[in-house]
Amino acid sequence: MSTLTALARAQAVATGRAQPIATVRHLHVHDHPLVLIPLVMAGEANAPLAAMAGTDPARPRLLVVGQPRNRDERFAFAADLAAILVPYADSFTIDTEDVAVDRGKDVRKRYVDAPQIWMPNPAGIDFVRLFGRSTRFRRTDGDNPVPAAVPLLGRWLTFFANTAEVPGSSLLVNAVQALGLHWVTGQSGTEDAQFGAQLAWIESGAAAARAAEKGPVAGPATDPDFDNRVLAPLIERSAPELPQVLHDLLLPTWERMWRTVGLLRRLPAGERVRLRWDADRDVFTAFAQNLAEGGPPQPRRDGAVAAAARLQRLENAASRYAVQRAFDDPLVLAEYRLSGAAFAGTVTLANPDRVDDTGRRPVLRPRIMVHTTEPVRVEPGASLTSPARPSQKARVISISPAGDGQDVLLELSGGMGRRLVAEPGSVPAVGERLILTTLSEAYRPGGTLPDPAETPWTHGGPPAPYDPSGQPDQQQRDVVAAVRGDLEQPGAELVTGAGRILP
Amino acid sequence: MDQGTRLDQSTRLDQLRGSGRAKRHNARTIAALTGNPGCNRRAVLDAAGIDKQRLAERVGHPGSFGQSRFALSRGNAFEAMLKADDCALLREVLAADAGLGYQDLGADTLSDRHEQTVKVLADARSALIDHPLLTLDVAGQTVYLEPDLIAYAHHGRLQVVEIKSFAIVDGQADSAKVSAAAVQAAVYVLALRDLMERLGQDPSTVSHEVVLVCPADFSFHPTAVVLDVRKQLSTLRRQLSRLAAVTGLIDALPAGLTFDLALEPEELVAALAHVEARYAPECLSACELSVYCRNEAAGSTAALGRTVREALGGIDSVGEVLDLAEGRREPTEDQAEAAAMLQAALRLRSEALSLVPEARS
Repeated sequence: MSTLTALARAQAVATGRAQPIATVRHLHVHDHPLVLIPLVMAGEANAPLAAMAGTDPARPRLLVVGQPRNRDERFAFAADLAAILVPYADSFTIDTEDVAVDRGKDVRKRYVDAPQIWMPNPAGIDFVRLFGRSTRFRRTDGDNPVPAAVPLLGRWLTFFANTAEVPGSSLLVNAVQALGLHWVTGQSGTEDAQFGAQLAWIESGAAAARAAEKGPVAGPATDPDFDNRVLAPLIERSAPELPQVLHDLLLPTWERMWRTVGLLRRLPAGERVRLRWDADRDVFTAFAQNLAEGGPPQPRRDGAVAAAARLQRLENAASRYAVQRAFDDPLVLAEYRLSGAAFAGTVTLANPDRVDDTGRRPVLRPRIMVHTTEPVRVEPGASLTSPARPSQKARVISISPAGDGQDVLLELSGGMGRRLVAEPGSVPAVGERLILTTLSEAYRPGGTLPDPAETPWTHGGPPAPYDPSGQPDQQQRDVVAAVRGDLEQPGAELVTGAGRILP
Repeated sequence: MDQGTRLDQSTRLDQLRGSGRAKRHNARTIAALTGNPGCNRRAVLDAAGIDKQRLAERVGHPGSFGQSRFALSRGNAFEAMLKADDCALLREVLAADAGLGYQDLGADTLSDRHEQTVKVLADARSALIDHPLLTLDVAGQTVYLEPDLIAYAHHGRLQVVEIKSFAIVDGQADSAKVSAAAVQAAVYVLALRDLMERLGQDPSTVSHEVVLVCPADFSFHPTAVVLDVRKQLSTLRRQLSRLAAVTGLIDALPAGLTFDLALEPEELVAALAHVEARYAPECLSACELSVYCRNEAAGSTAALGRTVREALGGIDSVGEVLDLAEGRREPTEDQAEAAAMLQAALRLRSEALSLVPEARS
């Protein structure tokens, strides 16, 4: 929590209204998203109770599991959900575009659009991940066959849940996080997790939020009191009115979901949102192709090499996302200015034609002097970037106190054309106001990882090939889970292997 | 108040509680205490055994702290399955020796159970002890605790076994639930160690590794994992020693103060004002009175969460934060740094927002 965002929270308390913390939209909002709101049965390991889903706000589809503990009904639910989700995802696998790769020497295909699923909250995404895990390995033949759509659904759900971990990805969006990226409320982050209350802060203010808190939950967990008073009696006697009750429970959240989509759609999109959606389409294309080619389901756990590669992708995505948001949005960039990683100033001197000919061949290295009154926490030699000219680097030559602030002398390189004379406008002119930051969009190559088949023994050796006959649920399980508690709660870790009492 | 007029501690607690029946601490409430040890209100109300849920209802801020029937029935079914046929499944999952005796102390009365537990433990025979009853001193009171099971293994080592019905999927479980189970098990370990000490035995025979038995993956089949609760133990010990101070807190309360639920709501609110709360958003999931305290804390930066409060320089109230940011108030010496930061933040925020053509609200 930066001081800037915390201050916005304080303002929200004082005004009784949510406050913006972004001036542009930082995620892609699809023209035809699919909204999915699941409910699960308390106490069970991921037993769906109901779901409201669909792409048309006026026509929500309700799926209900009359007896959530019944295995067959559970898989019938999965098949019904597959009948909604899979055709939706498939509908984007028709039109492709060519993307130049390898500096234009080759092209690859990419689907022109990709699906986008909206869910109320992060817990809903956890449900998707677990439900994907519980369905993707199911056999459609043998002793306990499930409908053919079930394992396919599992693979799609796993795919979406995995993309939701990637910072900046918009294939599976949760409303709480999406709203929290653009507004802060006058309550704590803990309370923001309740979708209804958070949206009410934004739409109507504090009083409405308090009222919404007592309203129906956004799932996937149900209210214990509702379970005991309403749900349990209905399930016990297999009541025919159960679907209607669940419909009424889910409908307010359904409507809020579409209002959220609309609210965010109205914000102007950040310039770099399009780039991230392109990356999302790449990921979608790769997965759809893998599926079409009959690839195996995602493993229960990544092998060592795959896990390291994934971690690297996530880290890259996180830093790229942070930089892109700052470059797209002056309000996000302001956080970096507050922490000293960026400063704003005015150009007081400029030498746009300066050529450095000390090297083997002369290069264009204009110098500018920027006067700032903001704290400058960089050292000479540091490389800075201005969001207005992201492809241009500015190396700090010297910093000297001047007047009520400091003068920063910068040497520019890149982004000025190929000749020894800078393209017009590519060098900041005297009087121009600039923001300079240590953030950079420059591509950072990752480390190289071995081929999975060459995984060293220190990392468990090469992963076993996928074996469709090995039912994962019956496999011997090694329990070494790193379960982190948060900092305030004493964390707990599952430590050693199988829990046997001491000998 | 001198020694002569000081009321007997338990009489004083009864007086605070009034006519209602005392709610006793259990492992869960002790675990919750460690979550917010600085809250005097919770310490006093819990020490007096006051029904906080009903108190919250009386003062018009009920919380929702029920447990779903579905979760309860699944938990009971899981435990029953494990303990069926002389604990056959439990022995299997614990890889316990078939020769290990099984003793169920469940049927006896409370004090009998505790005596039985002490006896069985003093005997130091190999056994699985079901429904034992332990005691722990919490703020000068004896609290009865009921662990799921204690396993007494060959070499005189004692181990707490916790049976939980949340699933461990691919070796991973909900971190909040594992955390809660670990703290709860640590309470039992602490109580067991106390007992061993009272029996004149070596407390370190009680293992700091507890066994957690949960359903595996999406099935109902049990799996057992070992949790190291050393960290939880040291946290608990520290918090419990702090809680001892509750005696001092109660002595400092005005004479005649009571939270009798039969009182009028306004009187209860007035009584609550005598004991200071330390509200944090985390209370909402842990304390029955939290909604009341939240209402009371409205306008404080603490109500926005610890990280927000810290980011605002530790200033107490939202009004003060905004006054400092807008330069309407002269900062005190130790506020100077925070005030400069807040002013810079406000300047940057206003500048960035003024760039937007249509101001969003």
